Amino acid sequence: MASGLVWSGRMPPSPDPSGLTQEILLRAYASVLRARALDDRRFVLNRAGKLAFIISPRGHEVAQVAAITALEPGRDRFCLYYRNFAAALACGFTPEELMLSAFARAADPSSGGRQTPGNFGSRRRGVVIGSSTVGPQIPKAAGIGLALKWKGEGALCYVSFGEGATSQGDFHEGVNFAALHRCPVIFFCENNHWAISVPQELQVAGPGVAERAAGYGIPGTRVAGDDFFAVHAAVAEAARRARAGEGPSLIEAQVYRLQSHSTDDDQRAYRDPVELANEAGKDPIPKMRQDLIARGWLTDEVDEQLRREVGEEVDRATEAAEAAPEPDASTLTRHVYADA
Amino acid sequence: MPERTLVQAVRDALFEEMARDPRVCVLGEDVGRKGGVFKATEGLQKQFGPERVLDTPLAESSIAGVAQGLALEGFIPVAEMQFADYSFPAFNQIVNEIAKVRYRSNGDFSCPLVIRAPTGGGVRGALYHSQSVEAFYAHVPGLKVVLPSTPADAKGLLKASIRDPDPVIFLEPKKLYRAVRAEMAEGEAALLPLGQAAVARRGEHLTAITYGYLRAVTIEAAERLAAEDISVEVIDLRTLRPWDMETCAHSVEKTGRLAVIYEANRTGGFGAEVAAELAERCFASLDAPVTRIASPDVPAMPFSPALEHAFMLNPDRVAEGLRRVARY
Ligand SMILES: Cc1ncc(C[n+]2csc(CCOP(=O)(O)OP(=O)(O)O)c2C)c(N)n1
Repeated sequence: MASGLVWSGRMPPSPDPSGLTQEILLRAYASVLRARALDDRRFVLNRAGKLAFIISPRGHEVAQVAAITALEPGRDRFCLYYRNFAAALACGFTPEELMLSAFARAADPSSGGRQTPGNFGSRRRGVVIGSSTVGPQIPKAAGIGLALKWKGEGALCYVSFGEGATSQGDFHEGVNFAALHRCPVIFFCENNHWAISVPQELQVAGPGVAERAAGYGIPGTRVAGDDFFAVHAAVAEAARRARAGEGPSLIEAQVYRLQSHSTDDDQRAYRDPVELANEAGKDPIPKMRQDLIARGWLTDEVDEQLRREVGEEVDRATEAAEAAPEPDASTLTRHVYADA
Repeated sequence: MPERTLVQAVRDALFEEMARDPRVCVLGEDVGRKGGVFKATEGLQKQFGPERVLDTPLAESSIAGVAQGLALEGFIPVAEMQFADYSFPAFNQIVNEIAKVRYRSNGDFSCPLVIRAPTGGGVRGALYHSQSVEAFYAHVPGLKVVLPSTPADAKGLLKASIRDPDPVIFLEPKKLYRAVRAEMAEGEAALLPLGQAAVARRGEHLTAITYGYLRAVTIEAAERLAAEDISVEVIDLRTLRPWDMETCAHSVEKTGRLAVIYEANRTGGFGAEVAAELAERCFASLDAPVTRIASPDVPAMPFSPALEHAFMLNPDRVAEGLRRVARY
């Protein structure tokens, strides 16, 4: 996977004096492990007939957590999309909260069991409620960015989406608007090369999404999504620009979709088996683990301990969520308008 | 009190609310430098600056999307769709996003904003500057839909829409923009509550429920019927969602006869909802079939004066329809 930089206008940043520490990295790594363990458990529960529908972040986890780690949850705004389970964890959602949403329980903090899991929202965390529609969060993020620019407090808005979403008119409208008004927005494309069954070459002409930034007069970067440090550096630079009033940036993280699109899809029906087998070996988690070990920030023992702790957390989260009450039928008509 | 046209009333409402509350801002195509293609935002940019009165790119989905983002951050955007016909590129943002913010977040987020658009025909605007779009939006829980027909109503209801905690689609009958001048109150005295119909003319024999441009047409038809000793009560809904069922039902229970008059094409128009609801509620009081008087089911209003005339309801057509209900 190429980790080329496509810059329109500015020179690439020097390798990041990022301030990343062992503590930050271990916390990020734990979020990645948590996302994976939750995903494993959700598939078990799905096969057991307990969970209806899953969209998996498998293959995207490292890119998502690296991006959020470069930002400031609590200060910044996050318009996430349905594959962003690892990003949501990095924004502060707990495994139990995500399980409450998987089981569509009343206490699901995003929507009280109204939306399918993956439509994250929490006002106090700055995670802006999304929908299942592909693309509309992009101009919304531009509007949030404009508001943040007016407020002038240095906060920014991060918005993520797949490469399929970049074909939507809303991608053009949103990026154009944010670029025109130098809104503090980071457009983060998780390019897994497939939009359900439609491959990248039927979605994007040319090498990828990052090149499109040039048309809007903003920087576009392509990074390897399994390289925590590269993604972090790209997002940190975009954040620096945003906070300095230099406007939005577009980042394309190249990732692999290590699962079918959702549990309603079976990618073996439309993908080359050799390519699939090949991709199965491109799990970003072993690479992150290796990178941390190489830096001396992780040992086998700590890794095992983290995985054990995460497993126990997921056990507790599952038990608690499964036992939690469903929404009361009488709440069906609530929150249509302010007065109800 | 000053005499103002409907479009000036809109402009005054915007001016007063922007002066009152620094969170209120205006965005849309040509709203700034030009002051709007109908001059509904005239002078606002000069007064409040190019940020609070923002000329957007020509892209309706992002106008609605950006407005949503501003609302989520605590601003109160009033977005203009240059013509209601061109709100459709923003339909997804309005229906799937803005309308559902509160519901889908279980009350954690809200999206108070106003989307204004000139609506309706009779101005030689042809297919793409004449459409009546209210039924599309009135169908959507989470939205409020307002459609005033007098300058004072336009001012009072727009001010109330800007202060409303939920998203409001505010449709302005463009044929009435400069049709009449009326005296009107200023400031708080101008405010009118959403969801209240106005009894525009008192009558005993027949209830005619309408809104928008057809209010004046229906009143004129009612005057003609008065000469035939048919006394028509005319109700102007003013707000379509939520609509004032109480006032309407009360009138139908009194008169026993109901016609609903609307400018949109007949099938699935908002008047069909009014007719159905009142037929159900007032069945025991009815002496005649609930009747709709609406425009023909063609895709939109044509350009040719002959065809435009053939499309539009006028006092003759409305009077004829009302007469039939009265004599049934
Ligand atoms: C407007 C819209 N059209 C179609 C869909 C159905 N749909 C859901 S996800 C998806 C593919 C999206 O692909 P991409 O944007 O690349 O993201 P990925 O799922 O691969 O992460 C489609 C077609 C939708 N949700 N919204």
